[in-house]
Amino acid sequence: MHPYVLALIGGGLIGLSAVLLMAFSGRIAGISGIVAGLLPPKPAEDRTWRIAFILGLLLAPAVLAIFTGDNRIGAPTVGPVMLIAAGLLVGVGTALGGGCTSGHGICGISRLSPRSMAATATFVATAMVTVFIVRHVL
Amino acid sequence: MRQTIASLLTGFIFGLGLCLSHMTDPAVVQGFLDIAGAWDPTLLFVIGGGVAVAFVGYRYVLRWKQPLWVPKFQAAPSATIDTPLLSGAAIFGIGWGLAGYCPGPAVVSLASGRRVILLFVVAMLIGMIAVRWMRLSRSASMSPTTR
Repeated sequence: MHPYVLALIGGGLIGLSAVLLMAFSGRIAGISGIVAGLLPPKPAEDRTWRIAFILGLLLAPAVLAIFTGDNRIGAPTVGPVMLIAAGLLVGVGTALGGGCTSGHGICGISRLSPRSMAATATFVATAMVTVFIVRHVL
Repeated sequence: MRQTIASLLTGFIFGLGLCLSHMTDPAVVQGFLDIAGAWDPTLLFVIGGGVAVAFVGYRYVLRWKQPLWVPKFQAAPSATIDTPLLSGAAIFGIGWGLAGYCPGPAVVSLASGRRVILLFVVAMLIGMIAVRWMRLSRSASMSPTTR
């Protein structure tokens, strides 16, 4: 199947997951928020569903690999030091900004939240500038 | 119990979506962000598909009086666009561009067994903990009586 078609289907599944989580539990499917709720200090009281959701995430590529022989996970494009630096920025940024690509980008935009639209425009812009600087300036 | 199973299932569907759409390949993500290079629109299709389904689905579900298995919907987040939101999003974007991982794909990619991805995820968790800790100590110092 063409990668764009798979991307559309994959995106649709992400949207479906978000709708189901809202329908069953009334919650927003934002990965950074789901993860952050497990962390100190003061982890959230509703930890069980968060852990179950993350287990589901991890199970997906494993099941995919069993049925198709390919888990579709790519290799990192940068070295360990850059991965650590990027991870820190992603952690601080999503905690401070209250969401990431899923929570703001998919769930928030679907709810027409001005806050999420502003956040999405901002992180896409700084990410594009970052890639431009790394690839075309440095 | 049924809520736990529903969460497992929704997480699984979410992860499957990320894998099928190749958001678990940082090269594809960075390809989208590289507008001055060989631009890869894949991520646009993912957002398009996701928003289309969630937009229609949310409109339907949010008309209900309550979710299926819990008393009420999580409160809609505030609409105010403030400095923490924008500075946080800006910082997140820099990290996203540098490595091509946002939280979902990073977590899913742990399943590949490539241990180097763990570095990203652990650093991300430390970053989240730092902000949560800072917020907690700040709110405690601003309102000592509520502690």
